[in-house]
Amino acid sequence: MGRVIIVNIIRFILLVFIQVFLLKNIPLFNLSTPYLYILFILLLPFETPNILLFLLAFILGLTIDAFYNTPGLHAASCVLLALVRVLFISITVQKEGFDNEPEPTVSVMGFRWFFTYALVLTLFHHFFLFNLEVFRFSEIQYTLTRVVLSSIFTVFLMLISGLLFYRIRERK
Amino acid sequence: MRNLLIFITKYNAFFLFLIFEIASLIIYVKYNSFQKATFINSANNVTGNMYAQVDKLHSYLQLSEVNDSLAHENARLRNQLKTSFYVDTIAKHKVVDTIYKQQYEYIGAKVINNSVSQRSNYLTINIGKNASITKDMGVICNAGVVGIVRYVGDHYAIVETLLHKNTIVSAMLADTKDRGSFSWGDNLDPHMGLLSNVSNNAVPKKGELVVTSDLSLFPAGIVIGKISNTQSKTSGTFLNMDVAIAVDFGKLQYVYVVYNRFAKEQLGLEAQENK
Repeated sequence: MGRVIIVNIIRFILLVFIQVFLLKNIPLFNLSTPYLYILFILLLPFETPNILLFLLAFILGLTIDAFYNTPGLHAASCVLLALVRVLFISITVQKEGFDNEPEPTVSVMGFRWFFTYALVLTLFHHFFLFNLEVFRFSEIQYTLTRVVLSSIFTVFLMLISGLLFYRIRERK
Repeated sequence: MRNLLIFITKYNAFFLFLIFEIASLIIYVKYNSFQKATFINSANNVTGNMYAQVDKLHSYLQLSEVNDSLAHENARLRNQLKTSFYVDTIAKHKVVDTIYKQQYEYIGAKVINNSVSQRSNYLTINIGKNASITKDMGVICNAGVVGIVRYVGDHYAIVETLLHKNTIVSAMLADTKDRGSFSWGDNLDPHMGLLSNVSNNAVPKKGELVVTSDLSLFPAGIVIGKISNTQSKTSGTFLNMDVAIAVDFGKLQYVYVVYNRFAKEQLGLEAQENK
């Protein structure tokens, strides 16, 4: 249990750093901006109580907001992401029949499940984020292009990081 | 009552979602106008310091370009020095010029955080109240206009750049002095802007300079960009035209904050008039 908490704290700090100091500076053609930090919410253990999940999502969003100068924008999107996560997991995963401390990672759940999981959650998050930021329907086509391209970039980075840690665990 | 509690615990995810979502939306709506003081931005001590540290590393990579631009600017300024003109008259008497007194002061600052890819782009600079920066001061760099100071912390300040939908600068065509207002185009391109509301009898030429007008809070005649397309969505009685922005926001390192000594007086008078 203690190990899970420490791993998650490190993951939180690492992802915020990567997002703010690295990914913030690499937009592709002003269309595709990756938001990898939501990986933190995706990788929280299945047994996380809902109150903690929502609280962490809210705090993570506010932390990113502090660096992006957009108070509340990322927080709102992250809270929505947490709700979609709860719904998605309750639909696709049986709670029983797990070893200790199961986490929704590639190594535990398999590539196909994780890919769907990451794609659905990222699309929801990005759709809400970009539309809340723009807040008008007249540019909906441009916004949707940004949503789709950014989601592809984000999911791509998530899968890469997932596979990176997948190998380390297998060797153990 | 018991049924209600069971209902709430059964669907606790949804109610938690409602609570946190409403909280964040309130924050978003309330503070997003950026007019009110808030802790959640990059001018507070924690985020400001972290950005300053990372920027130290980052600025090493651009040293040569910064050097080049500073050398260019030095050369341009040196050209304006009295010592670079020779005197071709013999009469020598010192004149205390009482016509010209300083109206604008420039305060140098370093950019420690920057964005060009967002929908609302801000800079963070490394001076704040400690250098007597206040809200609504203009910010320029050696290439041209950068933006307007929107929020001031103790040691940092946040600048709303031209790449922000709320930033509107009064501008004019350099040759004909036809006024209009400059704003960012709606396709989020960090190199293109829009000069709108120019009166219909103006004849803009492609490549003509667009500079700040004498109505703006900047000194008149500071470059904003060049006209790249004269036929942009002309509507009704006014001309609109595309402007290629002079400043490359992605590479900004050093900027100057413009302090207008008469700004307070002017704004005070104009506020009285509106009453």
